[in-house]
Amino acid sequence: MGDFLLVTIQVDMHDQLASALQDDLTNKIARVKAKGVLIDISSLDIVDSFIGRMLANTSAMARVLDAQTVVVGMQPAVAITLVELGLNLSGIHTALDVEKGMEMLRRHMDIPDLDEETGAQD
Amino acid sequence: MLKTEVITVATSGDIVLVRHAVRRQALKINLSLVDQTKIVTAASELARNLLIYGGGGEVTLELLQQGSRNGLRAEFVDKGPGIPDINLALRDGFTTGGGMGLGLGGAKRLVNEFNIESAPGKGTRVTITRWR
Repeated sequence: MGDFLLVTIQVDMHDQLASALQDDLTNKIARVKAKGVLIDISSLDIVDSFIGRMLANTSAMARVLDAQTVVVGMQPAVAITLVELGLNLSGIHTALDVEKGMEMLRRHMDIPDLDEETGAQD
Repeated sequence: MLKTEVITVATSGDIVLVRHAVRRQALKINLSLVDQTKIVTAASELARNLLIYGGGGEVTLELLQQGSRNGLRAEFVDKGPGIPDINLALRDGFTTGGGMGLGLGGAKRLVNEFNIESAPGKGTRVTITRWR
């Protein structure tokens, strides 16, 4: 379909589950040829260095597969804690909610779309 | 000082149990949401250290009262190999476990009091406290 994937994390994940999600998501991006991924973490009441690394890795792998990742819905208390913990999540795009994240992805799509007009479309 | 809860950490699922227990205790002393988040996150990092570096261990949670103020203390004890150079281990970016090297130094920044005792062959004891 070549569109966007929306992933909502709704449970407090243990580390293996977070790693499994990272792998599943990366496979899924390739399989459906997703151009964008929204990861909704509004239900997460903490993000520690393990989850932070999983988000950063997923975003990096998606980029290699030509997809853009936006992490949405981070709670303010989580953001404050993350920065103090020392995780700056550089390289990860964030947006306040799913709607704003979607806008961000669409804006990002505008530029590649111009190239695709002259190129082959799948 | 009132002992409230002891959690054994032997699997990554136990790290989740530690997070939930710390949250539960933090709510009992009405820590603000940001302070709850900070101590739960610090506890998550330290519980993972127990598992990765200490080969598992025990977390003890205590509620403290000092005059009119309340606090939550969490102690992380393992009988693992210990830390040869604590100052190096506290430095951001230093890791021997393949992580990001933020656990120990990061946890220290998230709490009011932080204490670590460790020696090679003697295991490690980390104590953190967050006051209301």
